[in-house]
Amino acid sequence: MAYPSVSLTPQPEHVGTQLLEVSMGPQHPSTHGVFRMDVVLDGESVVKLKPVFGYLHRNHEKIAEQETYLGSMPYTDRLDYLCSLTNNWGYALAVEKLAGIEVPERAEYLRVIVGEMTRLQNHALLVGFLMQDMGSSGTPLMYAFREREKLLDLFEALTGARMMCNYMRFGGCRVDLPAGWLEHAKKVVDDFPRFLDEYEALLAGNEILMARTQGVGVLSPELAVSAGITGPMLRASGVNYDIRKVDKYGIYDRFAFRVPLGDHGDVYDRYMIRLLEMRETVKILQQALRDLPEGPIMDPKTKVRNFRPKPGEAYGRIESPKGELGFYLVSDGSPTPYRYRVRPPSLVNLTVLEEMCLGHNVADVVVILGSVDIVLGEVDR
Amino acid sequence: MNPETIKSELEANIPGCVLQLVTNASPCAQHSLLMDAEHAIAVATYLRDAAGLRMDFCSNVTGIDWPQREVSEKIKVKKLVDGVETEVDEVKKTVVPGYLEAVYHLYSMELKHGPVILRMRTQDRDAGVHLPSLMHVWRSADLQEREIFDLYGIIFDGHHDLRRLLMWENFVDHPMRRDYVDPDDYEYEPTAHDEVLRRAQQHRAEGGRQ
Repeated sequence: MAYPSVSLTPQPEHVGTQLLEVSMGPQHPSTHGVFRMDVVLDGESVVKLKPVFGYLHRNHEKIAEQETYLGSMPYTDRLDYLCSLTNNWGYALAVEKLAGIEVPERAEYLRVIVGEMTRLQNHALLVGFLMQDMGSSGTPLMYAFREREKLLDLFEALTGARMMCNYMRFGGCRVDLPAGWLEHAKKVVDDFPRFLDEYEALLAGNEILMARTQGVGVLSPELAVSAGITGPMLRASGVNYDIRKVDKYGIYDRFAFRVPLGDHGDVYDRYMIRLLEMRETVKILQQALRDLPEGPIMDPKTKVRNFRPKPGEAYGRIESPKGELGFYLVSDGSPTPYRYRVRPPSLVNLTVLEEMCLGHNVADVVVILGSVDIVLGEVDR
Repeated sequence: MNPETIKSELEANIPGCVLQLVTNASPCAQHSLLMDAEHAIAVATYLRDAAGLRMDFCSNVTGIDWPQREVSEKIKVKKLVDGVETEVDEVKKTVVPGYLEAVYHLYSMELKHGPVILRMRTQDRDAGVHLPSLMHVWRSADLQEREIFDLYGIIFDGHHDLRRLLMWENFVDHPMRRDYVDPDDYEYEPTAHDEVLRRAQQHRAEGGRQ
């Protein structure tokens, strides 16, 4: 039976519409923390969007400038609290550049192993939460959580903590692998593609997923480069820039892996890039776990107590799961950094949030924000 | 990326532009170029567009506070001591006026090189804290310059939306400055407890039992 296409309620011509201002957040489940977007809506579509930051601001940088160099290491865990190990790595790398510290080979391998595991669990969590944001309540997220928990068990066995790992030191790592860890890690890593296959089988061709993500939140490569977007979000727009390949920090020149690139720069590409990156990460992990050499895990010349780098400055950056995580340090020769700056990928990636959301429905804002992958501990610092 | 060659290339192509090489003594040797506020946008645009440089990615933008400081250096002065001319060590003190500094770390996504580090300095820390905004050259400076304005108080002329980023709107000071002192009564709110304490104090003053 065909229904008439006219509206059943009479719509007089003189009834105008008005813009509606909605404050999404700070306590909104889609904002993944305490983040607010002031959205101006015309009906359902977004005509203006202003992000409001600072709800989790505790002036991390000021606190670190009153602390010794090593004293800030546990605090970097709390920046992006899902990826504490890559935060440690970024900070350690910057201090090593500042003071000219060498890292032993085994420690470099350990860093790659834990860093790439961090990438796996971050991306797994992101794709799960993205599904949650689209309204597929529970199931995909719990599948992702199940996998993540296996990796967190490994972190706990190695560092003593699931999330606040505080594992790296200037010139190496804090502890060596416990007995049996390597075998267990190999098993978890080898099993990981099964989760990816399962996830793709469930969702890759899903009609709702495609309808909600394809063509939504498109970011052009020109704007992405200009706005300093980094990480999977940049590569989803088709710009080939991965700091692991460009800087080859640590020992990334030893591993064979590819950098997946997107075509359209929409939410679907950002979602798929994460899945593809996880497959490449598994490759890196398999090579690193296979080649892990014996040897010391700390540079014996490193001073732990009374560590005073010579006056100077250094900017060190790594490819964290969210993008370019940089640390800029200025030393004046004292035990505390004169200037300590974190270049947060989550904050800079939010620069173009408004451009991506304009014209889309308010429900799409949630999905677009979810695809940026932010953690408020890092955005607000 | 040799900063010396970039410096001479910039000075040759931008009339009237004088850059100063700021050397970095740390082992990574990331030297930077200090530019004057007048030519900053021309320098930035040239770095972004020039064929061999193509610094299209402004990664990190940050501020540094350098308060007024005394630099003391030992110099040898010839003096008459008990009628004999001898060399005496004397400490000469010079006052370096304070300023705020904005630092830009640039990379090239197209040519995959970097970093080139740019610096700009304000005249002082009070009234002359104006610098030109580079957000129209690199959009990534947008939020990061807002953060510097918020935490250091550098006013970026030409920025499209220079508001506080992390602190709340009514906040007055700039907390990342070296001489910032945080107030004792942060977000002071009278509570019911205050009333109890006041009454207790009054009670004590009246000679009541402790």
